[in-house]
Amino acid sequence: MTKMLEKAPVLLQQPLDEKTFRLRLGAAQIARQVQPGQFVHIKLLAPGGSLLRHPFGVAAVDVDGGTLDIIYRVTGPFTRVLTTLAVTNEVSVLGPLGQGFDLSAQRALLVGGGTGLAPLLFLSARLGSSKTDVLIGGKTETELFWQDLFRPFVGHAFVTTDDGSCGTRGTVMAVLPGLLLKGYDRIYTCGPSPMMKAVAHECMLRRIACQVSLEKYMACGLGACLSCTCQGREKRMKICTDGPVFWSSEVTEW
Amino acid sequence: MVSSLLKTDMAGLHLKTPLIAASGTFGFGIEFADLVPLEQVGAVCVKGLSLTPSCGNCGQRVVETPSGMLNAIGLENPGCAYFLEHILPKLQTFDVPVIANIYGHSIEEYAAVAQALDVNGVSAVEINISCPNVKQGGLAFGTDPQTAAKVVKAVKANTHKPVITKLSPNVTDIVALAQAAEEAGSDALSLINTLLGMKIDIRTHRPVLGNMVGGLSGPAVRPVAVRMVYQVAQHVRIPLIGMGGVERVEDVVEMMMAGASAVAVGTANLYQPDTLLTLTRELQDYCVREKVSCVQDVVGQALPQGKQSMPYFQKKEKV
Ligand SMILES: Cc1cc2nc3c(=O)[nH]c(=O)nc-3n(C[C@H](O)[C@H](O)[C@H](O)COP(=O)(O)OP(=O)(O)OC[C@H]3O[C@@H](n4cnc5c(N)ncnc54)[C@H](O)[C@@H]3O)c2cc1C
Ligand SMILES: Cc1cc2nc3c(=O)[nH]c(=O)nc-3n(C[C@H](O)[C@H](O)[C@H](O)COP(=O)(O)O)c2cc1C
Ligand code: FES
Repeated sequence: MTKMLEKAPVLLQQPLDEKTFRLRLGAAQIARQVQPGQFVHIKLLAPGGSLLRHPFGVAAVDVDGGTLDIIYRVTGPFTRVLTTLAVTNEVSVLGPLGQGFDLSAQRALLVGGGTGLAPLLFLSARLGSSKTDVLIGGKTETELFWQDLFRPFVGHAFVTTDDGSCGTRGTVMAVLPGLLLKGYDRIYTCGPSPMMKAVAHECMLRRIACQVSLEKYMACGLGACLSCTCQGREKRMKICTDGPVFWSSEVTEW
Repeated sequence: MVSSLLKTDMAGLHLKTPLIAASGTFGFGIEFADLVPLEQVGAVCVKGLSLTPSCGNCGQRVVETPSGMLNAIGLENPGCAYFLEHILPKLQTFDVPVIANIYGHSIEEYAAVAQALDVNGVSAVEINISCPNVKQGGLAFGTDPQTAAKVVKAVKANTHKPVITKLSPNVTDIVALAQAAEEAGSDALSLINTLLGMKIDIRTHRPVLGNMVGGLSGPAVRPVAVRMVYQVAQHVRIPLIGMGGVERVEDVVEMMMAGASAVAVGTANLYQPDTLLTLTRELQDYCVREKVSCVQDVVGQALPQGKQSMPYFQKKEKV
């Protein structure tokens, strides 16, 4: 898959909650090629913006329209500047980067928390609602706009919240063991490391194949600078090019 | 096609352009092949190689800083044997000179790496002397002129390739280090490596990088690099490869005017991966626009007496 650089106009900036936004970019060539689980590396073009690119999983594509969406949460300087972008602004997009999810699941459960749900949204759109359920872990009910986003693409959306304001009280682990008895042949998970580690462990006990999407601070995104390496079961792995999606059995560092 | 205006011959290397990919920022070149036609690059300097594979540092390895970044990769690399067997053959399918950047934890290791890489397909060796000397309490080889000279001599004795010594800027007197490397037989100098720095997360009260300290690079260090090239150019008879924060064609020209015969691009590859391609085109345009008959005419123009201030050119004119 060829990596490309596109100057991408901002086509939509939509607030999803106080700190989470959906950004639509016109990047036709990347949108045509990108697979669920792959990411794009974005550089701000306005003077005074961040020097480095920042990685974001692709949350949706419209191949005919030539657009891709990311869903981001404001956590620091880069994402703060992202919120100021409006139609007429442009960013530079490098992609598609990394290895995406294996799409061979027959019945999949997607388990995500926070913006880890973004790449899973794209995955659910590709797998389709007849094969796919999602388990959404949130802090409070305000994060549950995710339910609306997933609705068209999944059979069931299971929900947990830390404070019990929506769905089952607790983390995704409060309901996962029960769900794993329901015949899923594949679990895909993306979110905070402790969540993914717990999910992967549970899947191992039940002998269900599990894919995880890892994160580490990245500079190049191309496998050149070795900012993002981690120790795999058999070899050193670069998260940006060997991942970000790995079989959970390959991962030793969370 | 690259214009012959950019041709650069130095230290026995025949380069199509004076633009080199800096070590550690361009992988083994192949990673960039989708975005930069490698045959248009002057040379690819590969990630620092050691005798055996190295895993590098734990924890967060890079962080952005104002107009730059800190890195503490810890010289992770697959080792020379893996490089020779699996990477070099692929890189050789591209028509681009390969510079092997090497490091060791002892003088013997430097010598052994140089010997292992003395093979077809490697055009030159660049010695990273910013590595900690394990036997001398971890002080970098590159901070003491005598130790640096020993490393250079050991490498020279174990290779037939041109040897480039890459200087550390974390010294009081860069000229003393440059002269020591020259006297020890170095065929060229690269400068600068990264400047030691640190960033603290005030929320966690801890340094951000797993290694605590890291090397500063990017536009923030450019004025330091230009100053060091300018100083060293007036005191050595060997050519210089200037680097540090180069991102625009103006920066390439500035580095050359300060006395660099070639210019390496590092951090810019990470945030704008097609930088080398853009710079090649723009440097060509610069030569045409400024009516210079070849890019090498620019070298040393900012020195007090132009090229006359550079012993490198005085020597050339005598022979
Ligand atoms: C493969 C991958 C996919 C990602 N997908 C999404 C996504 O879909 N939505 C989303 O909101 N976020 C995503 N992220 C995280 C996103 O890159 C960071 O939130 C963003 O870079 C923060 O930058 P900042 O300056 O706003 O915050 P900062 O204050 O700089 O950092 C906040 C947090 O983001 C991390 N971070 C900062 N810079 C980088 C970087 N260059 N690479 C990786 N992590 C970084 C920091 O370590 C810290 O944990 C993804 C990260 C990776 C590695
Ligand atoms: C991520 C990273 C890794 C690097 N690795 C090496 C290395 O292995 N060997 C070396 O001699 N220099 C290494 N360097 C230093 C660069 O080659 C260059 O000297 C320095 O970054 C200054 O140039 P720049 O500002 O253009 O990046 C590295 C720099 C960075 C940013
Ligand atoms: S981010 Fe540079 S190697 Fe992964």
